[in-house]
Amino acid sequence: MESVSIGKSVSEQHELLVHKDVSSTELTKAYIARIHSVDPDLQAYLTVLEDKALAQAAEIDRKIAQNEVLGALEGIPMALKDNMCTEGVRTSCASKMLESFIPPYNATVTDRLQAAGTILLGKVNMDEFAMGSSTENSYFANTRNPWDLERVPGGSSGGAAVAVAADEASFSLGSDTGGSIRQPAAFCGVVGMKPTYGAVSRLGLIAFASSLDQIGPFTKTVRDNALVLNAIAGYDPLDSTSVANEKPDYTKFLVNNVKGLRIGIPREYYGEGIDPEVAKGIQAGIQTLIDLGAEVSECSLPHTEYAIPAYYLIATAEASSNLARYDGVRYGYRAEAEDVLGMFKQTRAEGFGPEVKRRIMLGTYALSSGYYDAYYLKAQKVRTLIKRDFDQAFEKFDVLLSPTAPTTAFKFGEKSADPLTMYLSDITTVPINLAGIPAISIPAGFIKGMPIGMQLMGKAFDEGTLYRVAYTFEQNTHYHTLKPSLSGEVLACGSR
Amino acid sequence: MVVANQYEMVCGLEVHVELQTKTKIFCGCTTEFGSEQNTHVCPVCLGMPGALPVLNREVVNFAIKAGLALDCEIAEFSKFDRKNYFYPDLSKNYQTSQFDLPICGKGGLEIEIDGEKKWIGITRAHMEEDAGKLVHSGETISTSNESSVDYNRAGVPLLEIVSEPDMRSIPEVLDYLEKLVQILEYTEVSDCRLEQGSVRFDVNVSLRPFGTDTLGIRTETKNLNSFSSVRRCMEYEVARQAQVLNEGENVVQETRTWDEGQGITLTLRSKEEAHDYRYFPEPDLPPLVIDKEWVERIRKTLPKLPAARRARFQTLGLSAYDAAVITQAKAMADFFDEALTYYTDAKTLANWVMGDVTRLLNTNQCSVLDSPISAHQLAELLELINKGTLSGKIAKSVLEEMYSTSKDASMIVKEKGLAQISDEGALLGIIDDVLAANPQSVEDYRAGKDKAIGFLVGQIMKATKGQANPGLVNQLLKEKL
Repeated sequence: MESVSIGKSVSEQHELLVHKDVSSTELTKAYIARIHSVDPDLQAYLTVLEDKALAQAAEIDRKIAQNEVLGALEGIPMALKDNMCTEGVRTSCASKMLESFIPPYNATVTDRLQAAGTILLGKVNMDEFAMGSSTENSYFANTRNPWDLERVPGGSSGGAAVAVAADEASFSLGSDTGGSIRQPAAFCGVVGMKPTYGAVSRLGLIAFASSLDQIGPFTKTVRDNALVLNAIAGYDPLDSTSVANEKPDYTKFLVNNVKGLRIGIPREYYGEGIDPEVAKGIQAGIQTLIDLGAEVSECSLPHTEYAIPAYYLIATAEASSNLARYDGVRYGYRAEAEDVLGMFKQTRAEGFGPEVKRRIMLGTYALSSGYYDAYYLKAQKVRTLIKRDFDQAFEKFDVLLSPTAPTTAFKFGEKSADPLTMYLSDITTVPINLAGIPAISIPAGFIKGMPIGMQLMGKAFDEGTLYRVAYTFEQNTHYHTLKPSLSGEVLACGSR
Repeated sequence: MVVANQYEMVCGLEVHVELQTKTKIFCGCTTEFGSEQNTHVCPVCLGMPGALPVLNREVVNFAIKAGLALDCEIAEFSKFDRKNYFYPDLSKNYQTSQFDLPICGKGGLEIEIDGEKKWIGITRAHMEEDAGKLVHSGETISTSNESSVDYNRAGVPLLEIVSEPDMRSIPEVLDYLEKLVQILEYTEVSDCRLEQGSVRFDVNVSLRPFGTDTLGIRTETKNLNSFSSVRRCMEYEVARQAQVLNEGENVVQETRTWDEGQGITLTLRSKEEAHDYRYFPEPDLPPLVIDKEWVERIRKTLPKLPAARRARFQTLGLSAYDAAVITQAKAMADFFDEALTYYTDAKTLANWVMGDVTRLLNTNQCSVLDSPISAHQLAELLELINKGTLSGKIAKSVLEEMYSTSKDASMIVKEKGLAQISDEGALLGIIDDVLAANPQSVEDYRAGKDKAIGFLVGQIMKATKGQANPGLVNQLLKEKL
């Protein structure tokens, strides 16, 4: 029963718990067993919290035994990307720099999920400091794509996507600065939402690029996604960029109906670099929505081609400043040296990986006196134009639709040797972060056994409409029900 | 060194003042001074991963208040920026400050040198966070085997006030600083405790031949923490630059540091080595929008500023000098004003406040804020003199008694029987006794030696332990004689 229940959605597991068909402890044990079984190959987890998780589960089971009303996420085991602070539990950002960093505080999302009664199974792998699109930049391990172990899971939230795709967690949280939730969700065939900037508190999220970072859920279904967002979204007075809007119940938008909904197809998202097979797959998805009554037409986001350079200037500029604090003085890795300047240099030379250093250098350069106007300031102007593109498009459309990523998951090493190629693969995701709007990636088919993702983009704080379209698509397709045939392979590998 | 009398000095100042809010600028830690190292810290002011700043609105209130008191424009739209540089006392390795859009724009204040008034412009004032403090095992960071960092001060709010290069002499600079600190104290935005480092000065100095308009090449000497250091540093720097110019060389544009022990300035870094701070807008804080209502709300809390108070005290009969002394510190001016509500002779009151009261406070190293004699009590004492109950001389000893016991003057007078004897009958008896005992003096007086009366008065005062009403004694004595 347990091995079956880990494959179920959050809402199904909730029913099982409520009806005492399964206990939270059984569920948690089943996930831990699953992690023991498949994670040696997948390497999604950096830290597994067996004892803590079981203690939390026992607590929930006591409540269930007393027939207390169970919250939607109570007793549900989940995982957090290792850049969200967890009190007393190492939070490494997949970096040597923070290899031994144990925060004395929780991120707001950690607190909120704890308050919702979820079970924290562990912390999952990522690109170092969330910089990357394949999780290959982790200091600790290469996380593998459960659909093909030769391929990357995407990134930077690769571990969080894999944990859900391979049933190593019921859901997980990732962070998305330029596509880091949506692209791995697409590569791994799960649902991934990047909410509106300001919808979810960033307090305790270790910053990469403060004006772009946003936390969001990975789930198996759209309903689950709405349930998790319900738990984590909402104003936080301790994050000055968090927005004091009234938070809706996102599950209210889960209706199987897109009749009359206006969907725009931005032609710039189907340009050079988009795998024709992916485009074809998305085309089929669009047809499904048309058949369901959506009004679909082409539109233009004319400044899209400038999004990548603008993004890589703004994100790296902010990163160069955000990562300055890792100097060996107060916490984290410290190298020995003759004097304080030497310690700074040596600590950072040894503590950061090559991609992080590359971005710090790019960002430092972009902010340097004499270059600021040409790079950082110009990029900010482009950002304004990209926002305006979206504003204008949303005058005519309720949502915009595109492939989440130009290709399906690529092989290890395929792009890591050429950072620029890697950067260019973010073309369909970074404009959304620059504009601060929400976007979701949902499973939309397969090419040669690898999942493809459909991205839906919405107006600021209109996650609801995205959930409505995503839910309708999901209810009328079967992609989300397919699972990687992992256990067989793993058994064949003899790791059990 | 050569005296620089052929050059005109041009000076502008940057003053960093700690705002005396209860908590830090971006977190809830206390700003209290003098606690054990690293006890007033949290993830925010320690720059821990994932920590985020939240702007303390009280800091904005104080900055607006200081800005209004310094006649500055208050910006409707301002923002925070990051100033990036690596130093161990800077927990994030960037300082959250304000770069191109500060909260306070143009303003200024009036100084006065030998009766000549002059307006010194203020370019801007902006909010920023203070850094922590390095504690070295040796003299400096480079000569120490070990250094530790105390982050208690990290995140304490600062207002940096930048003046125009309007000052032309050291007395002008010192008067500007005095007036500035006075205004900051009056508005209670800072306690201005220089000895605790709550005010720090950067001095920009250049020289040019008298009669020229173009500015000379300047140096900036950073981090001075007392008026006397500012004065000595400027004396040194003016002489040094004059010597450089006299030798036909150019002054090097650079940042210098003041060596208090040696009394000299030294090169800290040249223009080429100047930091590139890579300022950019702080993404963790939204821009600060201050509407007119907010400004007006703060304006209503502004106290009367020193200049206005000086003028008012002068209309009450005080000399310019006395008015300046009384308004030097806000607490003293407040004390004076309070006493004035009970006792209206401003001139007499000023004499007592500046004289005996100040002397007692100074001797006991006591602030007027903690004075054991209240303004009301002082006024009562002076009233007793007016009514003839006390002589001025006895009043002084009563004041001392008041200082040590905090008792009211009337109570001391009663307890010690110090009231003046103004009863004619009682005095006539004593006068008769004294005249009988001193026939020679009586004869001298009657023979035209006026001086003799002084001796007789003295004897009467002695017999009454000084309590006889001197005016009445004189009158009665003359009648008798």
